[in-house]
Amino acid sequence: MTKQLLDSKEIDRSLTRISHEIIEKNKGAEGLCLIGIQRGGVHLAERIANKIKNTEGADIPVGSLDISFYRDDFRIRQPSVIGRTDMPFDVEGKKVVIVDDVFFTGRSIRAALDAIMDMGRPALVQLAVLVDRGHRELPIRADYAGKNIPTSRENERVEVLLEEDGHEDSVILTPVTGEGRSAGEPEGEVNNG
Amino acid sequence: MASVKHLLGIKELSAQEIMLYLNSAGSFKDILKRDIKKVPALRGRTVVNLFLEPSTRTRTSFELAAKRLSTDVINFSAPSSSILKGESLLDTALTVEALGADIIIIRHSSSGAPHMLSRHIKAHLINAGDGTNEHPTQALLDAFTIKEKKGGFEGLKVAIVGDIIHSRVAKSNIYCLKKLGADVRLVGPATLLPEEFRELGVSTTTSMDEGLEEADVIMMLRLQLERQGKGFFPTTAEYFRQWGLSKKRLETAKPDAIVMHPGPMNRGIEIASAVADGDNSVILEQVTNGLAVRMAVMYHLDERKEQ
Repeated sequence: MTKQLLDSKEIDRSLTRISHEIIEKNKGAEGLCLIGIQRGGVHLAERIANKIKNTEGADIPVGSLDISFYRDDFRIRQPSVIGRTDMPFDVEGKKVVIVDDVFFTGRSIRAALDAIMDMGRPALVQLAVLVDRGHRELPIRADYAGKNIPTSRENERVEVLLEEDGHEDSVILTPVTGEGRSAGEPEGEVNNG
Repeated sequence: MASVKHLLGIKELSAQEIMLYLNSAGSFKDILKRDIKKVPALRGRTVVNLFLEPSTRTRTSFELAAKRLSTDVINFSAPSSSILKGESLLDTALTVEALGADIIIIRHSSSGAPHMLSRHIKAHLINAGDGTNEHPTQALLDAFTIKEKKGGFEGLKVAIVGDIIHSRVAKSNIYCLKKLGADVRLVGPATLLPEEFRELGVSTTTSMDEGLEEADVIMMLRLQLERQGKGFFPTTAEYFRQWGLSKKRLETAKPDAIVMHPGPMNRGIEIASAVADGDNSVILEQVTNGLAVRMAVMYHLDERKEQ
């Protein structure tokens, strides 16, 4: 049985709060840019950029990052087409906010950090996530979190469903039956739960 | 998708498998445009270039592609190898594998050499040209270049011109383009263009004007000059008059036709300098795309561990 953790209103409120916190912590929008991790983080980054535009009137550039080349687990995956990284700005000297949907082991973020560092030297890097479900395997924390949700490491899956992908906005928790994820396997676009 | 452990030829691939490589290659090309032209994707892997036939371009391309993926690369070439000392190809390959090779890239003058090795070798094999059989990564990089320039393959008119019979590049391209839905015609002197090729679903003609008519893509092949004087064609000057790509001839094709050549070129023999360096030429882009496609091939083969 599936349990809804956040509905569309709650997701929107979380993103509004994260947008305000980003502006507050960085004392404005100067030099800011957002990088969404494919696939879940990209739409959220765009929504946050829109909210900042509405409140601050500032255009924050948004990039879309595929971390396949930097993962530590791609060898156990099915061959699949690599997503195209789209970074319409130079990260050099920027205040970069990485955006992802579900924050779990931290391995995706480690990969994203390496990928970004190979593109240039940002002034600083922060992390914004919609859901923090715990169970970190690396010393990485979020600067902005929409909601902290305690989960079972092995037996549950957290999914963020968004309008942009043809769903109704919601965050759901589903039990993992049969083949669960193995210990040490990082979150990813397929099994981020 | 059926997992294919080796890349032996395009003949053995499905259209879906080909598109996996083509769709990923763009992401690898992006890496080549960055300041740091390297990703850690295949860190710790060992790639061996086993080139038992002279080659600089292809070997260099594979070597650089492998290095861009953070692998360690060893080059093993004919003049310096133990093959000269009488070792068999299989023994050489087994030795290379025992050294810890994860991917072996092989070029050999005998058709089918990589296929023979694939029955004995656990490492991933990539065929970098076997006799007159296939040169699959060349076809993939050509297809990727066409996709970038033309958007797709369905109904695209592609003319492959020149020394078809001796060309593994032509053969791999025919398999590849047919699987992707292009309309392929072969053009060349009858001595270099056997009728049997029609069995592959392509049309053939000895007339350059007929072959180039309304073409979207013109793929020139290198005239293998070592064949001169063996009765395949009278002289190189006569060859150029009949089957060379001059500026005037190019006008027969569509105005936005692209001109391709796998290299090395014989300027003034199969292609005029004005065309090779002209606006329709994508010859140097093919070289860059070769790196991206070879990275994609190594990356995706490495995903397929034990079967």
